[in-house]
This record gives sequence, C-alpha cells and structure tokens, in this order.
Amino acid sequence: MTSGPGPAGAPGPSGKPPRTRGGTAARATPSARFTLPLPGFLRRRNLQLWTGVVILAAMVLLLAIGPLFVTEDPNRQDLLNAFGSSSAAHPMGTDQLGRDILSRFLHGGRVDLIVAVVAVIVPFLLGTVLGSLAGYFGRWVDVVIMRLADIVSAFPFYVLVIVLVFVMGNGMASIFVAISAVSWVAYARIVRGEVLVLREEEFISACRASGLTTPRILARHVIPNTASQGIIYAMSDIVLNIGVVVTLSFFGLGIVPPTADWGQMMNDGQQYMGSGNYGLILWPGFAVVLVSFALALIGDGLTNILKPKR
Amino acid sequence: MGKYILRRVLLMIPIVLGVATLSFILMKLAPGDPAAAYLGDKATPETVARLHRAWGLDQPMIIQYFQFLGGLVVGDFGRSFLFQTTVLELLKLRMPATLMLMLVSLVFAVIISVPLSLWVAATKSSASAIVSRVFTATVQGMPAFFVGTLLILVLGVNTGLFPVGGYGSSLGEHLYSLVLPGIAVALTICPVLIRSLTAALSDSMSAEYTNFAASKGLSRSKIVRNYAFRNAGITGISILGIQVGHLVGGALVVENVFAIPGVGSLLMEAVLARDYNVVQALTVIFGVLVVAVYLLTDIVYSIVDPRVRLGA
Repeated sequence: MTSGPGPAGAPGPSGKPPRTRGGTAARATPSARFTLPLPGFLRRRNLQLWTGVVILAAMVLLLAIGPLFVTEDPNRQDLLNAFGSSSAAHPMGTDQLGRDILSRFLHGGRVDLIVAVVAVIVPFLLGTVLGSLAGYFGRWVDVVIMRLADIVSAFPFYVLVIVLVFVMGNGMASIFVAISAVSWVAYARIVRGEVLVLREEEFISACRASGLTTPRILARHVIPNTASQGIIYAMSDIVLNIGVVVTLSFFGLGIVPPTADWGQMMNDGQQYMGSGNYGLILWPGFAVVLVSFALALIGDGLTNILKPKR
Repeated sequence: MGKYILRRVLLMIPIVLGVATLSFILMKLAPGDPAAAYLGDKATPETVARLHRAWGLDQPMIIQYFQFLGGLVVGDFGRSFLFQTTVLELLKLRMPATLMLMLVSLVFAVIISVPLSLWVAATKSSASAIVSRVFTATVQGMPAFFVGTLLILVLGVNTGLFPVGGYGSSLGEHLYSLVLPGIAVALTICPVLIRSLTAALSDSMSAEYTNFAASKGLSRSKIVRNYAFRNAGITGISILGIQVGHLVGGALVVENVFAIPGVGSLLMEAVLARDYNVVQALTVIFGVLVVAVYLLTDIVYSIVDPRVRLGA
C-alpha cells in the first residue's frame, strides 16, 4: 500500500517517515509537531498562545467596535478631497476617490476576516469526513479519495483557485466554493494519517467487539480523536485563506467593489503609488501580517497543548 | 533503478489524466461560449455556428474530450482569441521568463533558509529560535503581492536600486529585473523550508553518528557541516520539490505585480479577458509541471538515498 517515502520522506514529526500513497504526488505535511528549542518560560506558560490570542483579540475588537466610533461611510466619495492627508475627520487620510481610508480599513477588515474564517469550516468538515473514511476503510475507498486528493493537489493552489473563480465568476460565493474545493485535501491527508494509527488501537477494537455500528465508531470514537490535528492545521489554513481573499481582490477577482476590502485597497494604493500616498498599501498590508502572525503563534501554542503523547 | 523509475512513471499517468480531465470539466462548466467570445459582439449566429463546427464544439461531449486529450499529446492547445495566435506559440514566448523567475526564487530561498536553519540547529540557543520563529511567522502571513509591492516601494521607487517592473532584453537585464520578484517569490516558500530544514537538522544532530563524531572531539560547527547538514540536505531537496506548487503560485502573483511577461501574467490576462483556450491550456500545463517535478524529486531522492528504492 505505501510504497516508500518518496519526496514526503522527510523525517516526520515523530522521526518516522509520514505515510504516503503512491509517492508520486505525495506531500509532506509540515512537521506540525516539531517545536523549536524555545526557552522554557515561553513553553511552560504557553506565552506563544497567549501573545497570539491577545494580538488577535485586539484586532478583532478593533474591527468589531471600530465602525461604531468611525461613523464615516466607507463608500462616500469626495472627489475634491482625493488623497487628502491625515486630518481630524480622516485620521488615515483619503483615497483616490476621497473616501475615508480608516473607515474602509475597518469595514474591509471585517469582510476579509469573516470570509477567511468561514471558509475554513467546509474544508475542515469535508476533509475530516473523507480522510477518516479513507483511513478507516482502506482498500478502494482509500484509493478513490486519495487519488482525487492527489489530482487536486497537483494543481498549484493559486492556479486552481483562480481558474475556479474564472468558472464561477467573481464574488464571495465563488471564493467559498473555490477554497472549499481545494483546501479539503490537506485536512483529508492529516486525518487519514491519524486514523491509520487509531484504527489499530485497542479501544477501537473494543468498540467493534462490543458491537457498535461503524458510523457510530467513526463519529463518536475515531473522528473526535483526529480533531486536534485538524484544528492546529486550521490556524495556518485561516492565514492561507486571508492571503487568498486579499490576493484575489487585489487582482480584481475577489470581493466585488465598491464593498471595501483590504486587497482592493492595496490595489488602489499600488495604482496610485506615484501620488506618494502609501497608507492604502501599508495599513491593510501590515494588518494582514499582524493577524497572520497572531494565528501562527496560536497554532504553535495549540500544538504544545494538544500534542498527542505517542 | 530503471524498475523504480518505471514504477514512478506508471503511477504518474493516472494523475496526469486526472489533471487533464478536471481541467476539461472545469472549462465546460465555465459560462459563456468560447466561439462567441472569439468572434466578438458583432458575430451573427451563423458565423458562431460555423466556428463551432470548425472547432468541433458541436460534437458530443465525449468526442470533444478525446479530441482535447489528443490535442494535448501533440501540443495542440487551440488558438488564443486575445492574442490571435496559437496557444503553443504563446507558451514558447512566455514560459522562459517564468522558469527563470522560479530558478532565481529557488536560489534566494536557499540563500535565506539554509543559513538561518543552520544557525538555529547549531547554536540551539533561545535567541536563534526566537529570531527564526518571528521571521517565519511574519513572512508566512505576507501575501506575495504585498511583499512585491513593499520591495518596489523600498528598493525600487524610493532608492532606484532595482527596476520596478519589466524583464529587460539580455540575460543580465533579465537577472537584474528578477532580483526583487525573486525575493518576493522566495519568501512564500521560506517558512516551510526553514521549519523542515531546522527539524531535519535537529534530528540528525541527535543521531548516533553525530554523537560519535562529537565523542571523537570534532567541533560543533564541523559536525553540523559534515554530518548533520549532509543528511538534512536530502530533506531539503524533497521539500523544495514539494514546494514547486507554491513556487508556481507565487510566480503567478508576483509576475503580475512586476509586469513580467511570463505564463503567470498570461494566465491572469486570459482569465480577465475570458480567453478559454489559454486558461485551459495553462491549467493543464501547471498541473503537469507540478507532477513532473514530483517525479523528478522522487528520482533524485532515490539516487541520493538508495534506501528509498530498495523498499523501506
């Protein structure tokens, strides 16, 4: 069944090579359980997790209650006041159409983050179900599901997402479908690997011996035990999604204008870079980096907590 | 050895076929009519129907599918209405810039990742771990187009050190104009590369042969260089191979930011102009390219580490 490590033969998290199918399109899951030799106090108090949570919470709070204080309409144009510099009415200045950058920043961030987080749910569920079916039943179920995964992951991520948007047209619905169609693969691979180990465990044999039905074993005993790895991966998946949403919008393939969105703002900023007004690029850009940074720390912190002891 | 390669190639065939089939299905699902798009707004239904017959679009779907597969085998991807030439000609024109960009990015990725991973694994100090983690966590969340735009702002527009776009006309100019895009693409794969390399280096640093080397009295830096790094290098090769998809994705995005005439910017132009044949051809080619690189990685891996092909 497994035919050698292939390119995925990188030393896995626990030293043994990760299981791969066929090897041809095999991918190593980044060693999620590898922890850097960080100083003890960082690990003991899980400072990484809390730093990440605090940064993320601050950002979410800002986007959630910010618009209550910044009452400026993000889409109100004021062409006489285009590229206005920072003032009391417009703390971040105005863009090429005289719209308030701060207000667009706050409203745009809401859109991007909500899309990025919501777009994790379907791939997570789909990947978990398909991955556990493949791992638990093996044989042709495994072959069909994992070959499909191989084919989907043969396409570069951005190529497939952009082509799917080409097929379905711009807009939020397309982004959700495109991300779901591509991202389930990673979850399926992770969960399948977990299930391959789990199904040999004694408590699963005990379930079978006591006559539980297969769906019940899967739903109550197998899948819950794979969730932690999926959740850890979901943190970096959200980061990936933010990148996708912002990038698609940057190229005019994502959130449809005039809805404010960080990618579209950065596109405006790049087009009018000559005006010397860099706020349009820098504010959303650094916000994306900050949110992703926080999620990366949270992912690390969760790894420390949820690391299975085997 | 031959047997191993043959097995790998055979395993690759169904995936390539799947890639082609998925691309075909996606294009058939896309709304609009390629023939109508090709002829423009003023086309009469009769001319559209004539073009349908000429392109075989009036045939049953299954026939069209096999015609499409047959075309792929001989390199016939149809014509681009946007550029009024064959897709194959376009590919010949645009592919070199993309391959060059990927190559430059690989070099930058290695230049950035290897020293950082070596530093972390060799010193095992908190400082190096924190620096490396902050770097990877920051870079991981930076969309490639944002890195590109930042580089243009800092090193292009404001200092004039590097060109802010274009590709030049000689090899020297190509390389010079690919410095900033190369860094931008490299940073998209650096986080994974650094993490894996550091993990692999730490693994081999605690292996028995390194303990033995240490007990012989070799210096730490020598152990890292001669023992740990050689073993971890194998991991590096495979990770680079696996990352090719991200490299292509990064190139696609960055080419558009820097106006580099490669296949990435071609795909975006084709998508925005709804140039079906070009989008379809590029989808297949990107997919096959990735699968081919996986195969190559497998083969290189089996040469460097014979344990792989001897079954394990």
